[in-house]
Amino acid sequence: MYPSRFAYDAPSSVGEAIAILDRSNGEAKLLAGGQSLIPMLKLRFASPERIVDINNIPGLDYMRTDPDGTLHIGALVRHEDLEFSEDLAKSHPTLASAAALVADPLVRTRGTFVGSVCHADPQGDWAATMIALDGRIVAQGPNGRREIAMKDFVLGPFTNALAYNEIAVEAIIPPVKGTAKGGYLKLERRIGDFATASVAIALDMNGATVTRAGCALAGVGGKTIDANAEISAALVGKTLDAGTIAAAAEAVAGAADPRTDHRGSAAYKRQVVTVFVTRILTSIAQTEQKAA
Amino acid sequence: MTSLYEVIPDAPGEGVPTRRVTITVNGEKKTLDIEPRLLLAHLIRQGLQLTGTHVGCDTTGCGACTVLINGRPAKSCTVLAVQADGREVETVEGLASAQQLDPIQEGFKEEHGLQCGFCTPGMMLAAKALLQRNPNPTEDDVRWALSGNICRCTGYQNIVKAVLWAADKMREQ
Repeated sequence: MYPSRFAYDAPSSVGEAIAILDRSNGEAKLLAGGQSLIPMLKLRFASPERIVDINNIPGLDYMRTDPDGTLHIGALVRHEDLEFSEDLAKSHPTLASAAALVADPLVRTRGTFVGSVCHADPQGDWAATMIALDGRIVAQGPNGRREIAMKDFVLGPFTNALAYNEIAVEAIIPPVKGTAKGGYLKLERRIGDFATASVAIALDMNGATVTRAGCALAGVGGKTIDANAEISAALVGKTLDAGTIAAAAEAVAGAADPRTDHRGSAAYKRQVVTVFVTRILTSIAQTEQKAA
Repeated sequence: MTSLYEVIPDAPGEGVPTRRVTITVNGEKKTLDIEPRLLLAHLIRQGLQLTGTHVGCDTTGCGACTVLINGRPAKSCTVLAVQADGREVETVEGLASAQQLDPIQEGFKEEHGLQCGFCTPGMMLAAKALLQRNPNPTEDDVRWALSGNICRCTGYQNIVKAVLWAADKMREQ
């Protein structure tokens, strides 16, 4: 399969890339990791007039933590950079556990965190973690930068809130208050398949007490399911025990909106969500007990 | 369709946008005028006549077309050839020297790590990237690292053995 013909630019600065996008009147498409865009070009689901390849822009591959704990993930940070980061495994368990489950190892060498969020696939792994962690996207355009909360960033399947002349230059994960706990579990038929169901959970804990709780689901609805309200109601101000864990699992599974398809029945997928929430929270509770 | 996909023409067709790129393939620098939409897999196979890189699914699913770009494994059917500009590409042809096989190739021979052989080049390059990053992998590490490469003969058991054999051999050297 061959993509249809397009013009190609490989700018060496963000400013130059924005200028090209600005001139293109919405007919240009940005290329980062390309692991979703290039298959779409080949299938001709996308046939932009111009491709703007940002891979030659230096200084976009940073992962940086501010003194207050805010994490910045640059637009060219690849999935495997997150997978192999020892710091991230300690500071952001939700992101670290999701990283190794994104697509397959070959896709992870090229695909980017920010690009994946921009792609806005309802079954995307990173979108779920971004919602659970209350992340933001920094968009840079001709008039400067603006921040977009993740809940406002995805407008619908494969549609994000960026203007045609804006680039998502980084993702921001706000600091944890207390200790960061969390995890990501995904059921897939084989590695590289879309999620049958997946669960992202991120907790801030003060000792054994949950002070903030975030949760999002992929694969069990027409969009990434935001279950932050459900898990917060079940867990904030409480400790993790069999009772609170069961309540959280039930509340989160209630937020799922799965459809029966070749990956399983709606009831089965909802059950997988219940099991995954229980597993992630139980594992956190066990490490808490060991620490105490 | 231009002749682009058969051979790299000396001069581009009229009205066809091309871009001059310099790509180092298996240590040899190549300067080429190519269409931006040309996929790296097609440049390697048709343009450079290096047919060891196989195209399997052509939909980013199977890993048969895996090559190393600046040392990291990637599916060459899902990379534009222009994206390799200024970078180093290694294909299966770059593994062996005239004198001897790469330890990974030896491992596949010793442990019968191939049946039909179609997935083998991709498997070996994914294995090379693993062993460069982790010279002492467990069986689980190997399975995890090769999980993007599909063997339609289902010969995984011996492929994993072959990579572990190569890891042993490379540690001895």
